[in-house]
Amino acid sequence: MPNVMIRKNDAGDLLFYVAKKDMEETIASVELDNAEQWGGEVELTDGSRWYIDPISPPPAFPTTLRFKRGDE
Amino acid sequence: MSALTREETQALIQEVLEVYPEKAKKDRAKHLAVNDQSVEQSKKCITSNRKSLPGVMTVRGCAYAGSKGVVWGPIKDMIHISHGPVGCGQYSRAGRRNYYVGHTGINTFGTMNFTSDFQEKDIVFGGDKKLDKLISEIEGLFPLSKGISVQSECPIGLIGDDIEAVSKKQSKALDKPVVPVRCEGFRGVSQSLGHHIANDAIRDWVIGNRDGDESFQVGPYDVAVIGDYNIGGDAWSSRILLEEMGLRVVAQWSGDGTLSEMELTPKVKLNLIHCYRSMNYISRHMEEKYGVPWMEYNFFGPTKIAESLRKIAAAFDETIQANAEKVIAKYTAEYEAIIAKYRPRLEGKKVMLYVGGLRPRHVIGAYEDLGMEVVGTGYEFAHNDDYDRTIKEMGNATLLYDDVTGYEFEEFVKKVKPDLIGSGIKEKYIFQKMGIPFRQMHSWDYSGPYHGYDGFAIFARDMDMTINNPCWKKLQAPWQQPADQEAAPLAASA
Repeated sequence: MPNVMIRKNDAGDLLFYVAKKDMEETIASVELDNAEQWGGEVELTDGSRWYIDPISPPPAFPTTLRFKRGDE
Repeated sequence: MSALTREETQALIQEVLEVYPEKAKKDRAKHLAVNDQSVEQSKKCITSNRKSLPGVMTVRGCAYAGSKGVVWGPIKDMIHISHGPVGCGQYSRAGRRNYYVGHTGINTFGTMNFTSDFQEKDIVFGGDKKLDKLISEIEGLFPLSKGISVQSECPIGLIGDDIEAVSKKQSKALDKPVVPVRCEGFRGVSQSLGHHIANDAIRDWVIGNRDGDESFQVGPYDVAVIGDYNIGGDAWSSRILLEEMGLRVVAQWSGDGTLSEMELTPKVKLNLIHCYRSMNYISRHMEEKYGVPWMEYNFFGPTKIAESLRKIAAAFDETIQANAEKVIAKYTAEYEAIIAKYRPRLEGKKVMLYVGGLRPRHVIGAYEDLGMEVVGTGYEFAHNDDYDRTIKEMGNATLLYDDVTGYEFEEFVKKVKPDLIGSGIKEKYIFQKMGIPFRQMHSWDYSGPYHGYDGFAIFARDMDMTINNPCWKKLQAPWQQPADQEAAPLAASA
């Protein structure tokens, strides 16, 4: 369950940054991304999958959230 | 383009790896790569930030070096205690040439060494009492210091001293920040973790100090220069360009920087990051907590400076954007004259770099402005995100080497035969004795500044006087020189 900082890059894409691992990836898709809630299954451009319980209302980025690995 | 093709470079790597035993070969192969600009993510071609294995020679530093030497050390109005045995502080004292203004020993302490000088009894009985006494003595002798940081050396973590408790107690007693930093040298694989630990200590003990204090007059054009350590005056030659643009530089991190500047940084409009590797952590934190955006820039060489000035200006209004163009126009004649003077002398020369932090990629533009070509580059302690940024800057089929060993670097140089090597003091004399011109790119070989337009003039002069120095033709005794050749070029004797 790593702490992940989510921030927007210049192009407006969401970046998924794990400080401990120095991993920074672009988020390819988010399961739930609407006015009421944000979260669920998150897929990154490198193909890895992560999960977070949907947050309502959607958080303001940048922010730090706790994710689970998608396969757990 | 590079002189070597992709296949030749690949073959060169294989050849160099040949001497290693099977296991070491497999491990080292992951750290050496041929650059391919089409690769999006560096982790597909190069492995970085891994532990150096015993038996191979590495030039990496330790976490203490990353924290005391790089991030905290240059903060001039604080006293940084090297807590532990005397050597770590003394042998690194003032070696990095972080210039500053002030009266050393009165209100600034940059070049001084403060240490608790651990003895056997401190290891056996613990050193907390000594630290406590030391801090009281510092306060008596140097009352104008604005704060104290306790930089742990290895034994502190090993014997389990509680430096946090001492710091808290003394901070209260002195009414000054006393910052415990857990940067024991054995942590992590290189100095890189020291940067991270130092950033976290700043986050926990410094950044929040002025929350809720609105007495600082904020302006619309406030910026902070982050990750510029003022080596040889770098931050000053960068700062004047930003100020000429109409921006107000509130803080310099951490070259010629002060504690209060750092405390005020969360109030700026934009953080400008030069050394991404050592200070991205705190910038990310400020973005998250205070909503201060950050941006990387590059002040090496006129092409990159103009690019960066425009990029910085784009974050502000039209006045600043117009000013940026004015600044670029103002210096155009100056840098064109420099290029006209030195480019004919340096055109086509090949350079190999092996440094740390940001320089293996940032200085490429400056060399290219002089018509030179970087044929190999590598970092001591980079992570994948640094290589992501490097791949685009480097030409195709050039060499990339991570945490290169002494043997590999020498072999690469023998085969690639560059005209100049830019690396550190540990490499300098080996390559000079091999007859290859060399510049230290950590300390600018006691020259500098190299940042900004003013720095570019010095950079160009230094590269010229190194490469075109007549001494390189005198390396072979006259009677050993072939008769048909006046002066054998370099590497003939190597």
